[in-house]
Amino acid sequence: MVERRVKIYPRFERFWHWAQAALIFILLFTGTGLHGLHALIPFGSAVTAHTLAALALVVLWIFAIFWHVTTGTWRHYLPTTKGLFQVARFYAYGVFKGEHHPYRKAYWRKHNPMQAMTYLALKLILFPAIWLTGIAYLTYNFWQHQPSAAHILEVTANLHLLTAYLLAAFVIVHVYLLTIGNFLEHVKPMITGFDAVDLTPEEEAYLQADEPGRIR
Amino acid sequence: MTRANVSWFGMFGFIGLALVAAIPIVRAQDAQTAAAALGSTADHSTFKALKKAFSSGPEVTEACLSCHTEAGKQVMGSIHWTWSYTHPATGQQLGKRRVINAFCGNVASNERRCTSCHVGYGWDALKDGPPQEQSKVDCLICHDRTGTYTKLDSTAGNPPVAPIAPGSTTITGAPAKPVDLAAAAQSVGLPRRENCGQCHFFGGGGDNVKHGDLSSVLFAPDKSVDVHMAKDGPNFACSTCHVSNRHILAGSRYAINARDTTATAKPRRRRDVATCESCHGAAPHKGASLIGIKLNDHVDRVACQTCHIPEFARGGVATKTYWDWSTAGNLKDGRPYGEDEFTQSDGKRRHTYLSTKGSFQWAENVVPHYAWFDGQIRYTTATDKIDPAAAVEINQLSGSPEDPASRIWPFKRMKGRQAYDKNFRNLVYNHVFGPETDTAFWTNFDWARSIEAAMDYVGQPYSGEFDFVDTYMYWPITHMVAPKAQALDCQSCHAKEGRLANLTGFYLPGGSPMGLVDKIGLAVLVATLAGAIGHAAVRIATQRRGSPHG
Repeated sequence: MVERRVKIYPRFERFWHWAQAALIFILLFTGTGLHGLHALIPFGSAVTAHTLAALALVVLWIFAIFWHVTTGTWRHYLPTTKGLFQVARFYAYGVFKGEHHPYRKAYWRKHNPMQAMTYLALKLILFPAIWLTGIAYLTYNFWQHQPSAAHILEVTANLHLLTAYLLAAFVIVHVYLLTIGNFLEHVKPMITGFDAVDLTPEEEAYLQADEPGRIR
Repeated sequence: MTRANVSWFGMFGFIGLALVAAIPIVRAQDAQTAAAALGSTADHSTFKALKKAFSSGPEVTEACLSCHTEAGKQVMGSIHWTWSYTHPATGQQLGKRRVINAFCGNVASNERRCTSCHVGYGWDALKDGPPQEQSKVDCLICHDRTGTYTKLDSTAGNPPVAPIAPGSTTITGAPAKPVDLAAAAQSVGLPRRENCGQCHFFGGGGDNVKHGDLSSVLFAPDKSVDVHMAKDGPNFACSTCHVSNRHILAGSRYAINARDTTATAKPRRRRDVATCESCHGAAPHKGASLIGIKLNDHVDRVACQTCHIPEFARGGVATKTYWDWSTAGNLKDGRPYGEDEFTQSDGKRRHTYLSTKGSFQWAENVVPHYAWFDGQIRYTTATDKIDPAAAVEINQLSGSPEDPASRIWPFKRMKGRQAYDKNFRNLVYNHVFGPETDTAFWTNFDWARSIEAAMDYVGQPYSGEFDFVDTYMYWPITHMVAPKAQALDCQSCHAKEGRLANLTGFYLPGGSPMGLVDKIGLAVLVATLAGAIGHAAVRIATQRRGSPHG
């Protein structure tokens, strides 16, 4: 095992991450406006911005899903209990003792087990929930004549809203956890793509031989 | 608006301009040129039957009927004539002959004043029905184009013909001048706003008293008041929308086409609807933008009028919003008096008290009352029991968010205080106009006698004891469509205390920002934030004490 700086976030992943972040902020801002929590944007403009941002995000997700499947990067999100307890213990206790983060990033495991599980939940539960309810809401006029459509719309809207609150909570936790250690150091990999990763000798040899641009 | 619509409106605009251009010519009695300008195939000024000195309305009508053999029968089959209406959905017997309203109250026993706006001559007794003779149809009130023909305000529909009694006034409240019936007869053409407006702009006893969206402003409105009737715009006549078929005009206030699903988008193709959709179609907003699509998504639940008539009683003439009959009858030194404490924005003062009628309130640029409405209106007639503990709805709007035929409509909500029978618990008729009887309220100021006389007149039991009850009456708002730039913004309704705040039972985005889900969601957010802050605080505290991190 040797620690090297490896490009673990390729260009598309970084673009996906930041574009998604920007769209989520636009959606949270316009969505809270639409819901009446603030009046910083006129309702009509909020409808336009919210809808277009949502459609853009859906398109982005389609690309991202394709990317995850074709590149095999989906494997980073497979849930595992290996090391999970140590990470949980670190955030609940070790961090206060000045301990080092117990998780060592691996080439095929760039997220710690808690992180991977959170992202998996995000991708499998919250994101589908928000876009399914959002699309149902957006296309209300196509199903409004179904029995009790108005009631279903209200339920749909409230599920959408609840999911949005949970996503906002995720954003808070996500950003907060970056502050443990050095905030900028944590953000940097998502900008440059490079992070410190433990490589097996085989991985190191492979990268140096076949993908020299991904290793420093 | 589709391209086809634009061209249709262009055409109406052209016709409208042509009509305006024709007015001064007609007024100059050069009717031949007028007829030519209108493209008419008949120049009535050349008709022998009309070239004579007429001394009464019916004489003119006889001349009209000598060619228009079916016109009299057609008019006599219309609600304009019968003042009677059997509601197709509720079965209620309605019409001006029967209903009680929150304004003057009732026609019965006050005929010669109220029937001054009947489209006929000499309907003296309501219970006898309108006159039988076709010659009693008043052709000129609708078809005169000299702009001089009118009716006296209390002679059962007759025009002012010399000699007229001094002090006589017309149905618009103007001093009466003798009408040149021959000139009027020779000028006839399609009705203009000046024809319809004489009655419909002055309902309830004065300018814009009743409807709120029909005032004398509409004789020559600016575009900002009415985009369709604008004198500097399309200059629509009433009949441009209120199309007719055999003298039956489209448009009703008893059974309204509240949602036109046919939506032909072909002006005047259907002869039985006066709906916006009959010209503008069911997807009237420009669909290229997201907002256009979204607005078109609204038309199934929100009437066009709701957004496009942001306020009514615009243009300088106020509408009456409150009429309290219970204060009527106060006298000063034994004489009736009036107060006019309200000044409307065109400078005219309006009555705030009259011994004859009670107390009034007025308003201009009124934000409508909104309600789910399927077009059906049930009236509280004099035979319906009322509950005087609460405000009585003189007419009840039918509709609900669950009903796909209902849409959100704007209304003028008239508040009133009206007499009712204390023991029998029903609204009562009132005999106000005599003028010379010893029971008429406006002559004697005695409620007991006037109610008794009216109830006796209509043949309905009366206990002899009356009191006053608060009332509401709803008037659908559909005129005074504003230019699109003045249509309501989304947030007029999509906001917490928005215009639809009184409507419940459906999901309105933005209408209830602090519901249960928000409370849960905000609790989660607060807990998350508190957790993060708490975690950070402990981190900072322990790091200071402990070894440096990293």
